[in-house]
Amino acid sequence: MYRYDQYDQQIVDARVEEFRDQVKRRIAGHMTEDQFKPLRLKNGLYLQLHAYMLRIAIPYGTLNPAQVRMLAHVARTYDRGYAHFTTRQNMQFHWIKLEQVPDILADFAKVQLHAIQTSGESIRNISADQYAGAAADEIADPRPWAELLRQVTTFHPEFSYLPRKFKFAFTAAPGDRAAIRWHDVGLRLVRNDAGEDGFEVYAGGGMGRTPFIAELIRAFCPADRLFSYCQAILRVWNRHARRDNIHKQRMKILVHDLGVEEFTRQVEEEFAHIATLGNDPPRAEFDRIAAYFAPPPFETGLSDEIDRSDPDFALWVDRQTAAHKAPGYAIANISLKAIGGIGGDITADQMDVVADLAERYSFGETRVTHAQNVVLPHVRKADLYAVWQALVAAGLADVNLDLVTDIIACPGLDYCSLANARSIPVAQKIARRFADLERQQDLGELKIKISGCINACGHHHAGHIGILGVDRKGTENYQLLLGGSGAEDTTLAKITGPGFDEDGVVDAVEKAIETYRGLRTDGERFLDTYRRVGMEPFKEAIYG
Amino acid sequence: MKLLTGNDLKTGAVTWWTGRDWSIHIEDAVDVGEEGDAIGSAEEGARRVNGPVVIDAEATADGPRPAHIKHRIRALGPTVRPDLTLKPADPQAGNWVI
Repeated sequence: MYRYDQYDQQIVDARVEEFRDQVKRRIAGHMTEDQFKPLRLKNGLYLQLHAYMLRIAIPYGTLNPAQVRMLAHVARTYDRGYAHFTTRQNMQFHWIKLEQVPDILADFAKVQLHAIQTSGESIRNISADQYAGAAADEIADPRPWAELLRQVTTFHPEFSYLPRKFKFAFTAAPGDRAAIRWHDVGLRLVRNDAGEDGFEVYAGGGMGRTPFIAELIRAFCPADRLFSYCQAILRVWNRHARRDNIHKQRMKILVHDLGVEEFTRQVEEEFAHIATLGNDPPRAEFDRIAAYFAPPPFETGLSDEIDRSDPDFALWVDRQTAAHKAPGYAIANISLKAIGGIGGDITADQMDVVADLAERYSFGETRVTHAQNVVLPHVRKADLYAVWQALVAAGLADVNLDLVTDIIACPGLDYCSLANARSIPVAQKIARRFADLERQQDLGELKIKISGCINACGHHHAGHIGILGVDRKGTENYQLLLGGSGAEDTTLAKITGPGFDEDGVVDAVEKAIETYRGLRTDGERFLDTYRRVGMEPFKEAIYG
Repeated sequence: MKLLTGNDLKTGAVTWWTGRDWSIHIEDAVDVGEEGDAIGSAEEGARRVNGPVVIDAEATADGPRPAHIKHRIRALGPTVRPDLTLKPADPQAGNWVI
């Protein structure tokens, strides 16, 4: 993975000291909160319900063991012994003290982590397929391009005061594990008939109050032109964006208002103009970055056989591992969705276990997923049993990847000052209701996503079953949605009808699922059945 | 009744106006009547609180209870982590929030 050069380190170290001074001035009373707020947000520091919350960027979801151990150190030393992986591959610490933030950021800088651009009107953490560089179905590792884009855009003056936040996502596989069409710009690395790499470019996606699925605006952007094409997109948005109305500032609104054809025409026009400026980084710079992402030294001649004599291990292997591009290796998914637990939360001790396993069994690599799980991307199949045993000991061996209890949930009203309703308790009740593994496996892939407010951090628009918490006259109320997807078959979920209280929405979810069981044909997922039969049978079961 | 609440500037902890200073315990909060905004402005200016806001609450035998669930969660802590709330040993604490 990428390693900072002296310039990267200087930039991050200088930023820490700059913020140290800003915090000192705020505490001394030389700045009001109104003056300080935009500065702290530029350093990922929010004020939430119970304390300050610090969001750390994890570029394209990739961490090395030293970084994971530093996350554990911060959780243990400055927080309450745990932290939370978000739906954009970041990590949040929910019990932070303002006066300690400069020291925390200095600790993170030692392992090349930071909180820059994890908030505010900027290009946020660039996310990617968590299997990048390992997946059997990808054409190449997209992360070098993500890193190049991250480097060129970070602190770039043109992108420092954007109309609103802006999110990129990368994949290089036909199966979309990065929800690229739910981003402002989604990029899929493809290879043309001449063997040249380029990107399918999707633009104008996003969730929140007004959800839109990104549209394909270019089928092949030469990879070497990626930056200038993205710059053209950002320029068109910057030119027209409604800075006067917070609800209309995101690029998805512009794409919708202009129409994708006109938006694309203007992007292409701007792209042609930028071509005359020579803005793209030289190929040598990409090659320098790409060298950091060279595949690990995989052993050859390894067997693909796995000893499945331990039935619990066999269950875990079948559900939690995925095909790796190198023979004899597997991708191991670590569930952070224990039944009755808090999805995405991980203790400092568990982080240390993950770091140890990554170091010993996965060439020092860990990944974070937008579904709030963790991945060891390069595990020898012969080592899977040892990995599983360590995960069992650490309480990290749950078997539920992509099943009904692998629920995405935002922190909700238990932590978040924007939330209208709690998300986590709903997820916990659903998980307990469907705890039986045989029942989960019988139901197959079923993605439930829960948001505690319209900002949609819990991706409810993309849930096979989505739940949105709202405030109805001071009490929590939950809308149920069906039919969304964040995968390659991206769709927007639709609301079933009137909302429910907390227990009512859990019952409604079960009714929807039982309706699916009654209607499904062989091999149909919940989403497939919903698409075939439509909303009515579900509504009838839920409200009838 | 009306309560004045905010967050401690340095720690971010939820605090409640007691009539003299700030407490992390809502039981110590007093009815600020119509004075809340003025007290809040003065206290914020003195950097003893961050983001002061006046909220509605009801007086109960157990002390003030905010009208809105958001402020009841602020007062107690996350309902999903009773071990981290201000009443970790009280099994009824969650009922107070809901």
